[in-house]
Amino acid sequence: MTGSQPLKYKAEPADRLLVEPLDAITLIYQRRSGITHMVAEPVPEILTAMGSDVLDANAVAIRLASQFELNDAEAIHIVAARLEEMAALGLVERVHA
Amino acid sequence: MKRDAMLLVDALRDPSGITELDADGWTALLAMARAEQLLGTVARRLSGLSVPGAVANILGEARINAEYQRRSALWEADCARRALAGYPGKVVLMKGTAYAAAGLKASEGRHIGDLDIMVARDDLPQVEAALLAAGWEWVKSDPYDDAYYRDHMHELPPLIHKERDRMIDVHHTILPLTARPKPDAVAMLEDAVALENGLYVLSPRDMVIHSAAHLFADGELDGGLRNLWDIHCLLAEFGDESFWQMLKSRAEHHQLWPAVYRAGRLAHRLYGTEIAKDWQRRNRWDNWYAKRLTARDDWGRGTRKFIRLIFYIRSHWLRMPPLMLARHLWVKWRKPV
Amino acid sequence: MHEFRVQVGPAAFRIGSAWKRPLDQLAELYRDYPVPEVPDYSVRLKAVSFWRRFIRPSVAINGDYMLPDAAPLPLVQGLLAAEMAMNLQMALGWRRHLLLHASAVEKNGRAVIMTGASGSGKSTLAAMLGCRGWRLMGDEFVLLDPVTGELAPFPRLISLKNEAIGAMQAMALDGRFGPLMTGTPKGNIRHLVPARDAIRSMAEPAQPALLLFPSFGFEPAVREISLSEVFMRLTQASTNYVALGERGFTTLTRFIKTVPARAIDYRDGQEAEALVDRLWSELA
Repeated sequence: MTGSQPLKYKAEPADRLLVEPLDAITLIYQRRSGITHMVAEPVPEILTAMGSDVLDANAVAIRLASQFELNDAEAIHIVAARLEEMAALGLVERVHA
Repeated sequence: MKRDAMLLVDALRDPSGITELDADGWTALLAMARAEQLLGTVARRLSGLSVPGAVANILGEARINAEYQRRSALWEADCARRALAGYPGKVVLMKGTAYAAAGLKASEGRHIGDLDIMVARDDLPQVEAALLAAGWEWVKSDPYDDAYYRDHMHELPPLIHKERDRMIDVHHTILPLTARPKPDAVAMLEDAVALENGLYVLSPRDMVIHSAAHLFADGELDGGLRNLWDIHCLLAEFGDESFWQMLKSRAEHHQLWPAVYRAGRLAHRLYGTEIAKDWQRRNRWDNWYAKRLTARDDWGRGTRKFIRLIFYIRSHWLRMPPLMLARHLWVKWRKPV
Repeated sequence: MHEFRVQVGPAAFRIGSAWKRPLDQLAELYRDYPVPEVPDYSVRLKAVSFWRRFIRPSVAINGDYMLPDAAPLPLVQGLLAAEMAMNLQMALGWRRHLLLHASAVEKNGRAVIMTGASGSGKSTLAAMLGCRGWRLMGDEFVLLDPVTGELAPFPRLISLKNEAIGAMQAMALDGRFGPLMTGTPKGNIRHLVPARDAIRSMAEPAQPALLLFPSFGFEPAVREISLSEVFMRLTQASTNYVALGERGFTTLTRFIKTVPARAIDYRDGQEAEALVDRLWSELA
């Protein structure tokens, strides 16, 4: 965590997920694990924005900027925290250089 | 009608024989298969064959269940992989999860429970710390049990993941340290084969040897038909002319040739497994093993209590020197339930 | 060992027992149900130990699926032990439908499903409506077909508890009740055989049309519930949602998106029936 390189992540491929928006909550069924995740904004948006690319929090925040009116510093902070939570769930994976 | 689990053995060995089953025969077969945790395997072996509608429903259900266990097991292995991404040593999957991850026939329809992995003994503290940091926690907090595991067993005390509620057993060798054979765990790790995702499985030889050691040394031959089916599948997949000699010398190196030899003979005898010609010898004790392995009635209940008792005492004897056994049982009895 | 077999909806059971009496009681109560050839599940009632077969006899439950800590019951509650064991096989073993811990009644091919914690009265409500123009589909488990989205009936014996026993005795026919069992882990229990039409049509599915979350003991009220809350509560009410994997997910999401859901509060059967009738005509 203390390295100079920012952590990079890769999202679970879209064809391995079933996404079902309900209300404020979106259901994400992950085929590999059989687990249903109940998530709120901006988790589904992060997955869509990442596509199949390997990105750090900063790059994801830039891609999300068009959708969310947040200032840069705040956005990176939020996205970084969500990415770590998503990594713990296995929805994204940390990519080790 | 067959009076014991030879009914189940025969269905696995030659599925075409099921055409002779009547309703009671099916009822008995399904109950025995469930009791031996082989229903998913039976379902796979019988797929494509014509069976009565009620049976088809039950087998369909078993397939769904096997799919679920396979999915959960592979995911749990993947969770461990991610938790141990920073650990430079080999993480070796074992038993059912390994068969599934390596795409082996032994995994088809197989019941898979906890996740078993093996790492180098010296690295246990590092692996333990990484798992604890990723959300696993100790199941037992009893200091006697804990000390017992650490001093005498071949694994850490079991850990459970606090969110997924799944257990992981971290081994550093394949038998308890108190068992008489002393397998060469370092050599096993050295020969382990890498999977695409960075995890490892044992080499084919060591996989067979572990499976045989597990069949005889762990427990009282409970679930023995399932373990023996693993061995049948592994030998069918790996066993060519050159394999037998390699397997024998490797098993001798691990001090487990008697277990491998007996497992091979029993698989040959019950499941018709092809084994090396000069292994196909009669052994007086094999009769008892076969009787013990097939001791089930048409409700799936264990029968032949006397033979079971012999194997129970024997199995504890195998795992622990007698004095230690006495101490272990004493502590277990004394403890309030 | 004595043996009894029974088919309830899509599930077939074989029950073995060291004693004859609980099986005679089952045979009497399940007299209108079919007898299957190949059972889906086997259940055994056995003595805790050899001597306990005769002295203060005590029934241990055994079966294809077991809980390690299931406490034994006294022999006079053997019928209850058998029923509990059959429920356990369904809860732990069934994979052919998405199984919800809920009750359901049907009218004109369409069903109301009621789910909630124990004490919500879902079982008693279904039993009552089953005597008042609805067909009882099940008082304990609701089975959703992953392919058609339809509900398969599972009309096992209705298990009445405590106050519900008296209430139903006033409503249902004589000769359809099992023995009164007092002092069980859940208080007094008495089984009721579902009405004949519920048994006769136990192979006929229905389209789910209304989902209710009843709460007993409050002023009559109706509340909307968000889809995400409905989803969460139904996954908690299902014992096999996770095991069914993707099939479970698609079945449940289709269900919650097509079936209107409401929470209802009520203080007695009349209030509940009025609320169900009102919501049925408004929503279903």
